[in-house]
Amino acid sequence: MSKKPEKKEVGTTGHSWDGIEELNNPLPRWWVWIFYATIVWGIWYTIAYPAWPLLKGATEGYLGYSTRAEVAADIAAVDAKNADLVGKLEAADLSALSGDAELYQFAINGGRAVFAANCSQCHGSGAAGAKGYPNLLDNDWLWGGSIEEIAFTVSHGIRNEHSPEARWTEMPAFGEILSKEEIAAVVEHVRAISGQEADAALAAAGETVYLDNCAACHGDAGEGSRDMGAPVLNDAIWLYGGDVATLTETVANARFGVMPAWSEAYHPAGGLSAAEINAVAAYVHQLGGGE
Amino acid sequence: MSSSDTPPSLYAAREPVFPRRVSGFFRTLKWWIMAVTLGIYYLTPWIRWDRGPEMPDQAVLVDLAGRRFFFFWIEIWPHEFYFVAGLLIMAGLGLFLFTSALGRVWCGYACPQTVWTDLFILVERWIEGDRNARVRLWNAKWSLHKARLRITKWTLWALIGLATGGAWVFYFTDAPTLLVNLVQGTAHPIAYSTMFILTATTFFFGGVAREQVCIYACPWPRIQAAMMDEDTITIGYREWRGEPRGKLRKGETNPAQGDCIDCMACVNVCPMGIDIRDGQQMECITCGLCIDACDDMMAKIGKPRGLVDYLALKDEVDERAHRKHAPIMKHIFRPRTILYTALWSVIGFALVFALFIRPEIDLTVAPVRNPTFIVQSDGTVRNVYDVRLRNKQGEPRPFGLPIDMTALFRGPITGPKFFAIIASFFVVIITVNVYLAVSAVRTFPGLEVKNSYVASQTFDAEKAAQLALGWNVGAVVHKDGELVLSITDTDGNPVEVQSVTGIFGRATNVRDDQTPKFVFDGSVYRAPVTTAAGNWNLRLEAIAQDGTPFHQRVVVIVEH
Repeated sequence: MSKKPEKKEVGTTGHSWDGIEELNNPLPRWWVWIFYATIVWGIWYTIAYPAWPLLKGATEGYLGYSTRAEVAADIAAVDAKNADLVGKLEAADLSALSGDAELYQFAINGGRAVFAANCSQCHGSGAAGAKGYPNLLDNDWLWGGSIEEIAFTVSHGIRNEHSPEARWTEMPAFGEILSKEEIAAVVEHVRAISGQEADAALAAAGETVYLDNCAACHGDAGEGSRDMGAPVLNDAIWLYGGDVATLTETVANARFGVMPAWSEAYHPAGGLSAAEINAVAAYVHQLGGGE
Repeated sequence: MSSSDTPPSLYAAREPVFPRRVSGFFRTLKWWIMAVTLGIYYLTPWIRWDRGPEMPDQAVLVDLAGRRFFFFWIEIWPHEFYFVAGLLIMAGLGLFLFTSALGRVWCGYACPQTVWTDLFILVERWIEGDRNARVRLWNAKWSLHKARLRITKWTLWALIGLATGGAWVFYFTDAPTLLVNLVQGTAHPIAYSTMFILTATTFFFGGVAREQVCIYACPWPRIQAAMMDEDTITIGYREWRGEPRGKLRKGETNPAQGDCIDCMACVNVCPMGIDIRDGQQMECITCGLCIDACDDMMAKIGKPRGLVDYLALKDEVDERAHRKHAPIMKHIFRPRTILYTALWSVIGFALVFALFIRPEIDLTVAPVRNPTFIVQSDGTVRNVYDVRLRNKQGEPRPFGLPIDMTALFRGPITGPKFFAIIASFFVVIITVNVYLAVSAVRTFPGLEVKNSYVASQTFDAEKAAQLALGWNVGAVVHKDGELVLSITDTDGNPVEVQSVTGIFGRATNVRDDQTPKFVFDGSVYRAPVTTAAGNWNLRLEAIAQDGTPFHQRVVVIVEH
């Protein structure tokens, strides 16, 4: 048979397994050239593009390419595209916002991002809140649930030192005013008006204490007051908890929940623009509890 | 290590291949397949298909921006990607089927690498001439003539590559619009760069790399060995007919010689640059051109065709022994290919079925889990759902979403409902367990020994006494339902015992247990039994003439 003998005359690597020897076949030429080409490419790349780490940052590369600059340019391009809508949103009449479908959709989508970046740390990514941080999905609002009220709360915050218009009231710590027995009684009364299990005799005694000390802000029947930011006590929603121990702690030591003023006027480093505040207000308003 | 002193070269130069022109059945078949496959590839994007206003009118279109794929009347969205997965699986199974039945037909006839290389070689032959002229040109020094031929060839190759890359981009956007944009220079840079890359790769793979792609880069030649067996139809050389090979002058005959006249026609036409007469080779793409070349030569010297031919490896054995080999259909239809066809069809039918039942309008409702529920001020609970609509009809549609809660799930699952769920769960579990336990106990073959501690006190002594008897026990059931037990001593003489009894039954349960009444006939013990085929045990209890008890379980396999 006519083999091609000149092709078979390659040596072996000297490795032998059970008599099977490994031929030392050379690599195909094109493969070798591609291998060399990748080396040349690699050298060129480290010169042309940011590559070598130095003490402060890395070499910038001959082409001056930067992913950061590319992202900044992309963001600027998107901003330019949205400039029109952002301007409209900034000046929008919030109560009529849902009438403009395009602007409303823009506000909700933008608001979702603003919420995730700035609000979710306390209020939760699903806006369900946590102990001491209100749930924004239910129909109970401390300071008001209309879209304007929400925007105001976001702008100025609650009980902070930054905005002069921050919503501000303070519950006294009744541990220094009332006796332990009176506190126990008023806790039972609050439990009774909120429809929870309560000691009837204690609750009856607590009613007087309640009317004397608490009703001014929380209302005679526990209906709360939005002017005072006083929570409704005769419903099923509790900011800190409706059990005896938590209520006793709340009455004795009071609570002082703080929310920052998010307007960039009071929060220079990371505040929100007027358009962003309107957007996040629109987003929170449509989550299910808005009024 | 290489024995020579000079170190071996780091690279192996490509040995150029100059396939000669050939004509014949397989060459014609290949031209037709080339025309059809290339025709489909180049023309498909230009077929129009009216889908109504606001919808693209291109029959086959991959709309990446709109995340839709159009194929004539079929429209695939990303959530229906399983169609693509199914088609890929079918393609894989189809490849397995064809490879196990017909070897590397895909490689030889339909693979784009083969088809484009064939086209490039055709162009090369037009410009530079047939094999001998090309070899001369390859060896010639650079001259104006050589440069002119080379540049003409390269230009034509580049144009083919451009059309190939162009056809590819036309699948992704409206073809006529894109063509106008491409010519005007207003098309998207991605279109230009894609075309450039595909032009370059087509030029390189079809013009330069050619057979090296199959040999070095493609995994399929390496996998195919596992898909082929001795029934696979593949190209082989009838070496028993051709050898010993030798040159033959015109009009001469040499009975000592085989049919192969060593004319090298099969080698010269081979696009892979191999000699088929060396046997099965990884490089062989089974394109069939060597068959054409050899048949042509055999006709010229007045010998029957088929010295190089499609045949199954199994046939080789038969032909060497001058037997007629099995018909082709017998090679092709075998469990393996039938199984591949069946699997392929099942997936195909499933996809077609899925295609017909898939909805044009789709609505999914999923509960929001962040948070899972919301307590309202009056103590009621609000659940939030995500509703997603899909409208594939390409026109506006009104959607309505009525809410209908069935009685079972209205309200919380508490008290009686919860009890009913848990109770029915346990009823099922307990019923199954009781059934299995009762069945197990009912069929339990019984105790081996009541108290193993008591039994152990005499066990060694009894065992020694039993072994001292030196009995050899065997049992068999005859066809007439007679159990024959033989007990022989060390000399092979039958033993008559004081008493013999036992339980004859199944190995695993007590249902068929019976106590055979053995009768000694002077050499063996016989007893009538009722049996069926299977594994039976005789738990033998015998007492020797000297009063030594003998126990043994004798396994009896009944075959009738």
